[in-house]
Amino acid sequence: MTNGLFNRNTKAIIYGFQRNAIQRMLDFDFVCKRDTPSVAAVIRPSQTGAIGYHKVFWGGKEIVIPIYRKFDLAVKRHPDADVVINFSSFRSAYPTTMEALKADTIKTVAVIAEGIPERRSREMRKLAQETGKVIIGPATVGGIQAGAFKIGNTAGTIENVVLSKLYRPGSVGFVSKSGGMSNEMNFAIAQNSDGVYEGIAIGGDRYAGSTLLEHLLRYEANPKIKMMVCLGEVGGTGEIDIVNAVKDGRITKPLVMWCIGTSAKLLPAGLQFGHAGAMAGSDMETAHAKNKALKDVGVIVPDSYDDFGDKIKETFEKLKTEGKIDPVDEFEPPKLPMDYAQAAKLGLVRRPTNVISTISDERGDVPMFGGSPKVGLDTIVAENKSLGYTIGLLWFKKELPKFAQDYIEMVVKLTSDHGPAVSGAHNAIITARAGKDLMSSLATGILAIGPRFGGAISDAAKYIKLALDKKMNPQEFVDYMKNVVGINIPGIGHRIKSVQNPDVRVKLLKEFVLNNFEKHPFLDYALEVEKITTSKRNNLILNVDGCIGICFMDLLENLDLSEEEKADVIATEMLNGFFVLGRSIGMMGHIFDQKRQRAALYRQPWDEILFAD
Amino acid sequence: MAQKSIYEFSAKKLLMTELPKYFPSYNYHGKLAVITPETDWDKLVAEHPWLNTDKLAAKPDQLFGKRGKANLLLLDADLNGLKAFITERMNKKIELGGIKGTLTRFLVEPFVPHEKEFYVSITSDMGNDTVHFSFEGGIFVEENWDKVTHVPVPIGTDIDSFDLASKLPDLGDLKDTLVPFIKGVLKVYIDQDFAFLEINPFAVTADKTVVPLDLKAKLDDTASFQHLDSWGNPDNPIQFPRAFGQVLSKEEQFIADLDEKTGASLKFTILNRDARVWTMVAGGGGSVVYTDTIADMGFAKDLGNYGEYSGNPNREHTELYAQTVIDVLTERPDPQGRPKVLLIGGGIANFTDVKATFLGIVAALRKSADKLKAANVKIYVRRGGPNEKEGLKLMEDVGKEIGVPIEVYDRYTHMTRIVPLSLKGDS
Repeated sequence: MTNGLFNRNTKAIIYGFQRNAIQRMLDFDFVCKRDTPSVAAVIRPSQTGAIGYHKVFWGGKEIVIPIYRKFDLAVKRHPDADVVINFSSFRSAYPTTMEALKADTIKTVAVIAEGIPERRSREMRKLAQETGKVIIGPATVGGIQAGAFKIGNTAGTIENVVLSKLYRPGSVGFVSKSGGMSNEMNFAIAQNSDGVYEGIAIGGDRYAGSTLLEHLLRYEANPKIKMMVCLGEVGGTGEIDIVNAVKDGRITKPLVMWCIGTSAKLLPAGLQFGHAGAMAGSDMETAHAKNKALKDVGVIVPDSYDDFGDKIKETFEKLKTEGKIDPVDEFEPPKLPMDYAQAAKLGLVRRPTNVISTISDERGDVPMFGGSPKVGLDTIVAENKSLGYTIGLLWFKKELPKFAQDYIEMVVKLTSDHGPAVSGAHNAIITARAGKDLMSSLATGILAIGPRFGGAISDAAKYIKLALDKKMNPQEFVDYMKNVVGINIPGIGHRIKSVQNPDVRVKLLKEFVLNNFEKHPFLDYALEVEKITTSKRNNLILNVDGCIGICFMDLLENLDLSEEEKADVIATEMLNGFFVLGRSIGMMGHIFDQKRQRAALYRQPWDEILFAD
Repeated sequence: MAQKSIYEFSAKKLLMTELPKYFPSYNYHGKLAVITPETDWDKLVAEHPWLNTDKLAAKPDQLFGKRGKANLLLLDADLNGLKAFITERMNKKIELGGIKGTLTRFLVEPFVPHEKEFYVSITSDMGNDTVHFSFEGGIFVEENWDKVTHVPVPIGTDIDSFDLASKLPDLGDLKDTLVPFIKGVLKVYIDQDFAFLEINPFAVTADKTVVPLDLKAKLDDTASFQHLDSWGNPDNPIQFPRAFGQVLSKEEQFIADLDEKTGASLKFTILNRDARVWTMVAGGGGSVVYTDTIADMGFAKDLGNYGEYSGNPNREHTELYAQTVIDVLTERPDPQGRPKVLLIGGGIANFTDVKATFLGIVAALRKSADKLKAANVKIYVRRGGPNEKEGLKLMEDVGKEIGVPIEVYDRYTHMTRIVPLSLKGDS
C-alpha cells in the first residue's frame, strides 16, 4: 500500500448520485481552501443520456459536475481522478467495485454499502491486492485527510468539520472500524492534540477491504504523522496483527489504542452487538484479550474508553515536550455561505414568494380546496360531494348552495356538445384525423371558442347587465341594441326554433331558475325583451346560450356577492369557463370517436371551395 | 446482518439439494423429520412412512452440540422407542453450559449403522476457505485436534482442478469417494455463501454412500439476495433461529418488531430488570462503548440493558423506543433506595438529527414524569451532531418542566464521562 492515498489535488468519481455527499465534499474543499473541487464526476446508471450535468455550490458560486451513465466514459474523460467513492447498494456494490478496481487510473475505492456478502468482500480485497489498490470499507462512512480530501459523508456537517479542526492537518493518524465512532474520535483527537492528519474508518464488517494494520503502516511511513490512534473491536484478528507489527518493529511510532466490546461477555451468547464483525469466534478475539496483548507489547492502552482521550493527550504532550511536533499551519477557515433552506429554517433570511395561491393547497396529506376554511379532497370524495360543489370550491372559493351546484352541473351538461359541425368540434375532428394527439386536437377545438363560437353566452350576460345597470326598460334596450350598438341582441334568436316550436333545453333551464332561485331579475328582464323581439319575428326567442348567460347573472344575485365581486366573476371570463369545461367533454368525445374509427386525414373537397382570383 | 446459525435440519436439506449438482453420486437418503410440541404423530408418520420401517435416530435440533453427553441422543430405535424418547424430553427445561432453555425441537433420521466416523469442516478467513479433515471424527475430535489435516484453499481457486487429494492424508480405497465428496461440499459452501460448516461425524456405508450424521452450519445472511432460488427464497426463507435458551421478553420483542419496520436500527436487550443503570445510546459503536465503560468501571452487575438506536430513526420510533426503556427501568425502584440512572448517551453523530431524535425521547420523558419520579431516576445526557445545541436544550428544559434531575453535557465533555459522573462515589 502506498503511504499517501490522498492529497489536496485528489479527485474522485462518485458512483451513485448522492447530492448531499457531493455537496459536503465540495464544502469541505472550500473550507480547506483547495484550488479545485475534489469531485470530478458522478456515475448515475439510471440516467437516460450518456452525459448530464449536476449543479453544485463551490463556496458562494455555482459550478457543474458531469454525470455519466457509464463508468468507463467517466474514467476516460477524467484520467486525473484516482479515487472512486462507491455508494452502490449492497446488491450492486460488488460488480461496481470490481469494475472500478480494474480501471488503470483508479487507485483507491471507498465502498459505503452495508450488508455486502462476506465472500464478495473477500473477492474484492483479493482483486485489490492483485492490482495493488486500496479498498476502504465496505460498511463505512469512509475517511478524511485533514485539509486535503474527504470521502463522501465523513465527519458529518461542515460545522463539525470546523469544530474538529479537519480543515487543516494535525499530527495524528487515526484508524477505526466504526464509522460512527470515527466522527466522535476526530473531535476527541482535536481536543487532545493538534488534530487529525488522516482518519480512516475501515468498516464494521468481518472482512474489510483494507485492515487497521495496513493503514497504521501507511501512517508509520508518513513523516507528517507523529503518533497514531486506533479504535479496534471485539471479533476478528486484525488487532492481533497490530500486536505482531509492534512486536517485530514494523510499528515504532507511539500508538494509543483501545478495542471496544469488552462487555460482550455480559450479553446472551449469539447476540450480535454493534457491527457485523463484532463477534468473538475464539478467546483471542475478545476485546479484553486484544487490549491485554496490545498493552503487553507496549501499545498505550487506556483502562477503559473513558480515559482514551487522556492517553491521547499525554502521548501528544510528551511528543511536544520532546520537540517532535511541528507547529500547525493554523488559519481561519473561510466561512461557508449558509444554504438558503437552512437560513430560512433558522429565520435568518426571508424572501418574497412569486405566486399566491388562495384556492388549493397540496402540501398536506390530501389536497385542500376552496377559500377559508378549505375542504379536503378526501372529504369531497368520502361525502360524495357533487361536481358542482367541487367547481364551487375551486372557482368561487365557496361551498355553493345546492341550487347553485345543480345549476352548474346543468350548464355543463347543456354545453357538453352540439354536434360535429360546429367550429370547435370540427377543428378537433380535423386535427385528430391529422394524426395529432388528444391534447393538440382538444386545444384546436378550444381555441375556436371566442366572440362568435360560444361567445353569445358571455355577450348575452354582458348586454343584459348593461341594460339593468342603465335602468333601461326592455323597449329602450331593444332600441339601444339596434341603434347604438348596432348588432342583434346576443342570446336572442334561433335558426330553427320559434315561439311555436320552443327549445326544450331553454324550457328546462328557465323552469329550474324560476323554481329554485330566490331572485331572478335578469331572466325576468330577458323574458320581457323576448316578448318584444318575438312580436317582430317568431324565431327571435331567448336561445340556450343567452339563457345560460343570463341565468348565470341571476345565480350571482343569489350568492351573497358584492357588486365588485360579481364584476370580477364576469371580468375573469368564468362564463367562458363553463362553456370550455362543458364543451371539452363533447370535443374529446369527437376525438375519441375519430380515433376509434381510424379516420383518415380530412381534406376539404374542391367542390366546397370556390377558387377565385 | 452477518453470520447466522441454521438448524441442522435446514443445513442437511440444503446439502441434500445442492450437493448432487457437484457430487452426483451423493445418494443421501434424504429422510428427515422434525418434531415440535405441535406435531401430530399420525400426520407425521403419514408424511414420513419410513418412520414405521426404518431404525431411527433422534436428537434435539436447537443449535447446541454435545447431545450424546447430555443423554439427548436416541439411536437404533423403532417408532415406539422414538415416541417414548420424545415424550420424556419435549418441553423439558434443561441447563447446558450454564444456559437454561426448553427442548422444543427434535430431528429424526434413519439410524445408519457404521464403524468409522470421519470429520470434515470448512472455515473461512480473509484469504482462504480452509478444509479441515480427520479420520477421527465424532465427539473426540477436539481432543484429537492434532490429527486433523488443514487444507487452505485460496479464495477464487478453481475447485475442479485443485489438487485436494495430495493435501489430505492417504485415503486408501475411499479416495474416489471422499475427494469428490469433500470438493462437492466445498463448492456448496462457496456457492451457497456458507460462513461455517462442520460435518462431525459423517459415515461411509459399506456401499460407499456418504452419510452426514451431525451437521452444524452458519450462513452469511447478507447473501440471501443471491440465493432466491435456494435458501433466500422470499416465499420460503430459511430460518435463522435464536441461540438456545434465548427467549425475548415482551419489551425486547416489541423493539425487535419495531426494528423490522424501520430502515434505522433499534436494539434492546434486558440484562437485569432489577438493575440500577440503564442506557439509551445512539449509534452501533457508541452503544458498545457505553456498555463497555460501565462494565470496565466495575458496574456490570448494575447494568440493566444493552441497546442502541441509530441510522436516524424518526421521532415516533424514537419515542416508542425511549418509552419502552423507561417503562422497564421504572418498573421497580432500587431495593436499596438508591437513585436509578439513565444514560442518554452518544458520540458526535454524522447525520442523525440530534434535535429530531431528542424530540422523541423528550416526549416519552414528559409522559413518564410520575414514573421517573417514583423510581427516583437521575438522567445524564451527552450527545453531539446536527442540531446538537437545540437538542440538548430540549433535554435541559424538559428536566425543569417535569421535575426530574437531568444533567446535560455537550461534545466538549468526553463521550463516556457521564458514566463516572453518574456512578462514581456511590458504588
